[in-house]
Amino acid sequence: MLMRNFLALLLGVYVSSGSAELQIEINQGVENPTPVAIVPFAWQGVGAAPEDVAQIVDSDLARSGQFSPVSRRDMLGFPSRESELYYRDWRAISAEYVLIGRVSVGAQARIDFQLFDVTRQATVESGTVTGPVSELRMLAHRVSDQVYETLSGIPGAFATRLLYVSVTRNPEGKDFYRLTLADADGRRPIVLLEGRDPILSPTWSPDGREIAYVSFETSRPAIYRQNLLTGQREQLTNFKGLNNSPAWSPDGNSMALVLSKDGNPDIYILNLSSRSLTRLTRHFAIDTEPTWMPDGKSLLFTSDRGGRPQIYRYDLRTKKIVRVTFEGPYNARARVAQDGRNVAMVHQRDGRYHIAVFDLVTDRLTVLTETSLDESPSIAPNGSIVLYATKRGEESILGAVAVDGGVRFSLPSREGSVQEPAWSPYVTP
Amino acid sequence: MVAICDTLTFGVIFLLRAEENKVVMRYIRRILVSKHWGKVRTMKNATLYTKWLGLIFASLILAACSGNDTKEREAAATAAAEQAAQEAQAAAQEAAQQQAEAAAAAGQREAEAAAAAVGTTFYFDFDSSSLTDEARAQVDAHIAALQGNNDSVRLEGHTDERGTREYNLALGERRANAVRDYMVANGLPSYRIETVSYGEENPVAYGSGESNWQQNRRVELK
Repeated sequence: MLMRNFLALLLGVYVSSGSAELQIEINQGVENPTPVAIVPFAWQGVGAAPEDVAQIVDSDLARSGQFSPVSRRDMLGFPSRESELYYRDWRAISAEYVLIGRVSVGAQARIDFQLFDVTRQATVESGTVTGPVSELRMLAHRVSDQVYETLSGIPGAFATRLLYVSVTRNPEGKDFYRLTLADADGRRPIVLLEGRDPILSPTWSPDGREIAYVSFETSRPAIYRQNLLTGQREQLTNFKGLNNSPAWSPDGNSMALVLSKDGNPDIYILNLSSRSLTRLTRHFAIDTEPTWMPDGKSLLFTSDRGGRPQIYRYDLRTKKIVRVTFEGPYNARARVAQDGRNVAMVHQRDGRYHIAVFDLVTDRLTVLTETSLDESPSIAPNGSIVLYATKRGEESILGAVAVDGGVRFSLPSREGSVQEPAWSPYVTP
Repeated sequence: MVAICDTLTFGVIFLLRAEENKVVMRYIRRILVSKHWGKVRTMKNATLYTKWLGLIFASLILAACSGNDTKEREAAATAAAEQAAQEAQAAAQEAAQQQAEAAAAAGQREAEAAAAAVGTTFYFDFDSSSLTDEARAQVDAHIAALQGNNDSVRLEGHTDERGTREYNLALGERRANAVRDYMVANGLPSYRIETVSYGEENPVAYGSGESNWQQNRRVELK
């Protein structure tokens, strides 16, 4: 009993972050997902394997909605080398592809894997990933990324991370906020900041090493910057009025943000080295939610200068502002995919707030969700999935939908609400 | 000079009152009898004469004093009179002030009670940052109370959950500013008013639907 209490004390941090952990529910996949057999990887180390690498890959591919992994119970054998593989065994259970591999742990962890095409009876891909033993789960996600890219032609975004804000309510009805960092599959959550004061707008630096967010801990909104490796934290702004919507420039040198110190919300750019502030917009309307185009030459932002909130574009060279969206009475909080073409945003239709994608080339707007209180869209670094927040009952949950609308899954928190997701960029391993 | 005369006067008065002080009486009697008033020696009640003599003596001294220092005396009397007048006036003023203060305090208590009665939460219509008639009446009550004290207030703007969080921060600020501007237009100095927007954070009612939303579209005075 004493031992259990002691353990609970030691695990305090883990327990509190455990409540912020996300689950994954796949709601809809593509019509004919490709059957893939992910064979348990051979463990070449002492003791039990610290992670079931094949299971991690299996879950990643299943979550994409484009693949239907074959159950292990149906497998006729567990080959881990090409010499042990019999194609007929896999044809018998209708697997189109087979993935085998081996995991070893020394100074570094190493995963060797091979992907076979059952129909063509040929090796499609073979590869090796190595990294710190503590990052074995992330190495498994990198295997998923490579397999996914080989089979779909699109780079995977499994070896990435998510930032989100989880909110729990104490019995007195007071909210408790936790800024949480987790793997893209919702696992290994780490609480970066927690307290009674609201936290919102978490965002990533382009190299994925730093984050910025808004916290009300001083009883007023202020923008903070935090290094994920060192934990070093710095308050960037402390102006009168609003200080919100931080957005790192693609070159990492500056940050777009919203300040209302001059009377009403306008877009500014803060040079992160010189600390000089440049005002971009000057309008009595609300200008907010800036986001950079991937080339760094212009920004999209939300403004109600036309009466209702719509998306506008600010060209940094010409300083000209043009309106981008015209469809519907409310389009806000744009996030641009890395291709610089698809823009995810909140779109109101019939009084309901949905996630929509606007194509900057064709000017076509496509509504992706059917729920009515959707917000905070964030696009995966491979441009294929939009993560967003929506409501289920009284709680917020995360939803994910493929940009082509084909795949949907949700990530509810085990406890309380989860909101304000921000999908990380690719981080160089 | 005034001080010396006062001392003498006091001395004389002391002598006059010293009937019971036999040592003094004997001394005075000896002087009087031995020099000019031999006849009196036989008199039974020498004390009476002593008293009379003392009185005359005192009068002479006092007359001398007043003769020498009329101007100073007058100045002192005037100053004393003025001081008395001032004190009287101050007392009257103080009384009046106390009365006014009591009235003001009563008025302030009334104003503060009225402000407390209307509550510190002002509600807004959907997508609006204009004060409703009801909110205006509430804010008026608070303005009346605040005009009678030096309190600083914090106005916290909130929205319902619909729409994006960052845009809602701006809408919440508009609501807080609308209340602030109304207060300033009605005479409260802006330095006593701080505004902050929480947007859709910190809702009062958690569910969805208009019944919850209308409770969240608000400005709270703190």
